[in-house]
Amino acid sequence: MAVRVQFENNNEVGAFSKLTNSYCLVAIGGSENFYSVFEAELAETIPVIHASLAGCRIIGRMCVGNKNGLLVPNTTTDDELQHLRNSLPDKVKVQRVEERLSALGNVIACNDYVALVHPDLDKETEEILADVLQVEVFRQTVASNVLVGSYCSLSNRGGLVHPRTSIQDQDELSSLLQVPLVAGTINRGSEVVGAGMVVNDWCAFCGLDTTSTEISVIESVFKLNEATPAAITSEMRSSLIESMS
Amino acid sequence: MKNVHVRNCYSEYENFQSQFLQSKTHVKRATQLWLISAKNPSTSGDAGRFNMEYIKEEQVENNAGKILCCQCGVVIEPNPANMCVACLRTVVDITEGIPKQGTLHFCKGCERYLQPPNDYVHAALESRELLSLCLKKLKGLSRVKLIDAGFVWTEPHSKRIKVKLTVHGEVMGGTVLQQVFIVEFTVAHQMCDDCHRKEAQDYWHAMVQVRQKAENKKTFHYLEQLILKHKAHENTLGIKPIAEGLDFYYHTQSHARKMVDFLTTVLPIRYEHSKKLISHDIHSNTYNYKFSYSVEIVPLSKDSLVCLPKNLTHQLGSVSPLVLVHRVTNTLHFIDPATAQMAEMNSNLFWRYPFKTICNPKQLSEYIVMELEIILAKDRKTFPGQGPISTKHVLADAWLVKASELGINEDLIHTRTHLGHLLKPGDSVMAYCLADSNVNDSNFDKLDRDKIPDVIIVKKHYGDRSGKRRRWKLKHLTDEGMLVENNKDYNEFLDDLEEDAELRQNVNIFKDPNNINIPVDADEVDPNAPHITLEEMLDDLQIEDDPMEGDEGNEGEQGDGMAS
Repeated sequence: MAVRVQFENNNEVGAFSKLTNSYCLVAIGGSENFYSVFEAELAETIPVIHASLAGCRIIGRMCVGNKNGLLVPNTTTDDELQHLRNSLPDKVKVQRVEERLSALGNVIACNDYVALVHPDLDKETEEILADVLQVEVFRQTVASNVLVGSYCSLSNRGGLVHPRTSIQDQDELSSLLQVPLVAGTINRGSEVVGAGMVVNDWCAFCGLDTTSTEISVIESVFKLNEATPAAITSEMRSSLIESMS
Repeated sequence: MKNVHVRNCYSEYENFQSQFLQSKTHVKRATQLWLISAKNPSTSGDAGRFNMEYIKEEQVENNAGKILCCQCGVVIEPNPANMCVACLRTVVDITEGIPKQGTLHFCKGCERYLQPPNDYVHAALESRELLSLCLKKLKGLSRVKLIDAGFVWTEPHSKRIKVKLTVHGEVMGGTVLQQVFIVEFTVAHQMCDDCHRKEAQDYWHAMVQVRQKAENKKTFHYLEQLILKHKAHENTLGIKPIAEGLDFYYHTQSHARKMVDFLTTVLPIRYEHSKKLISHDIHSNTYNYKFSYSVEIVPLSKDSLVCLPKNLTHQLGSVSPLVLVHRVTNTLHFIDPATAQMAEMNSNLFWRYPFKTICNPKQLSEYIVMELEIILAKDRKTFPGQGPISTKHVLADAWLVKASELGINEDLIHTRTHLGHLLKPGDSVMAYCLADSNVNDSNFDKLDRDKIPDVIIVKKHYGDRSGKRRRWKLKHLTDEGMLVENNKDYNEFLDDLEEDAELRQNVNIFKDPNNINIPVDADEVDPNAPHITLEEMLDDLQIEDDPMEGDEGNEGEQGDGMAS
């Protein structure tokens, strides 16, 4: 299900959190309200971890990850990296990357199988991405925007893209991702869907301004109503892995 | 099996999307820019109710997908606000801050509208001027782009003016909204300062009363032309003809003072100044006066015969006492018909030794010159201390017969005249007959009766020209021609203009478009009669209403055509 949440009066919750199928990173805020919302939804299934990267709270925009791994920019301090390694499940690999485009969350959008990346991303980063996150990497744009991470939000069940994405682009992207896509908005008409929400296979968090229409679009495209975590992790993953192989 | 789920997924998605997009025809429809327009505004003055319509815009890329309006879920084209028009309208109002009502101030008296801060302008209903006046009243218009403005018809007596405005405003980062709304103006009455003053009968503060205690009004005709030529009437509030003169009304004393100064330069006058206290405020030490200038013009006009007092004749180069008024400028010019001696006198001197005319031009009678004998310069008597003698005039002995007694009376009347250069035997002249007239003048009584000529020739007579159509005309201060009612004086003044080129210099003469092309009929008019040459005439300013016709019409404007 989709939950509305706000980080210290800011609706761009995607900037302050990172949600995957195996862990959730939450920025360290002044109060625990933001963390509490995530914890209440997710604590039973996945670890919800306080984190900062290079001393910043905008962790969602700086790192990229899925259930297999987490890539952090090389500005991340050793302490932070150590904290992440300690807190994350053992099977999640954490890797620092030397990348000029250091806001990895903005330049990479991924689910557990496919990643869309900024066309100018380093070849090395692309390789690390494929290794650590175990994803197929495609250099793409969303509605002519190179910041694919900012303008789309992906899970293994669906994806929400920039509202100006043309039908052809949507078709192309969804055939790459093998999930249904829909163009839409978040936070009462905001186009930066990647920054406005975080989503995994059974749960989504979006800004407090998000209207019920937008919530209903999110819930239908990410299929948050019908699916239980168990169903997603078992049935869907197996079928997708089969299709990849 | 491996693709089944994905396929399922995708078909589900397609179902969802087709439901979302509703139909492909929506996609095919051209994308629209977000514009709002009011519902038919002519039917309703209600600015609050709107409906929307889409306006096509080709530039927008055609293939963008449809999204749901983030507020209401309607399928729409993506736009910067990502909201449908209806929702956008609930969120923002681009006409916010633009007043929907206003007040226009209108002066009933002169039917003008107040243009703040304190101008009043004429503006017809539904005119461009009125629209600009209305738009100036709307303060918030600078924040939006005004596309169109026009009037909605209202009953002319309803004191309501409705202006329909179309504005474009940018909202939410680039969405351009168009909105039509109606602003209703109430016409409020406010009397303008001018009308207020008129109403309070307080519209003048200074008056110049010009008077001449003379037999004829020629001086005033001349004065009128001088005022027109020098535009001295620009600041007058009103000009009122009074018996024996004119009253000029002014708003301020300085304007009246200026008029008096003007009169001083052109006419021999004296003036007195007085003021009447209307009101005063002892607290602020302000006084409200009405000022009056009483201006008296020397009661002599051209061609009058005067008899100078004895002491004055000494001052004026021992001129003989019986002299004709040759010209009146700001000084008086006399000429002695018997010696052609000139004398000039300023107005101060006149008022110190005032004298009256003994004959004025009304008493002129016509004589015929029977014989003429030029007196050569060597034959003239001169004496030391004598004043200047005119070189333009030629002294002559003339023998006359009264025109009415021509052929009856064989007795020739002898006189001396200064008009020897103009006259020849057979000419007709206008002259004063002193022998027959009864003169009441103390100075005249003191003269030796033997030395007084029986007849004094004043000017050559060119026949009665009053009925002649003149090829020129004069302007007048008022349309009716405030002084023209006295037709005889006016015609004499026109004759004087034709005869005296120096007088003409001070007067603007205009071509009479009705008469200018009439050929001069040699039989009708004496060819020697003085006339005004075409070069001296000015073209009157004629403003054509129709600009197309104006191209053809002559637009000679060298004359400063004055609107009276």
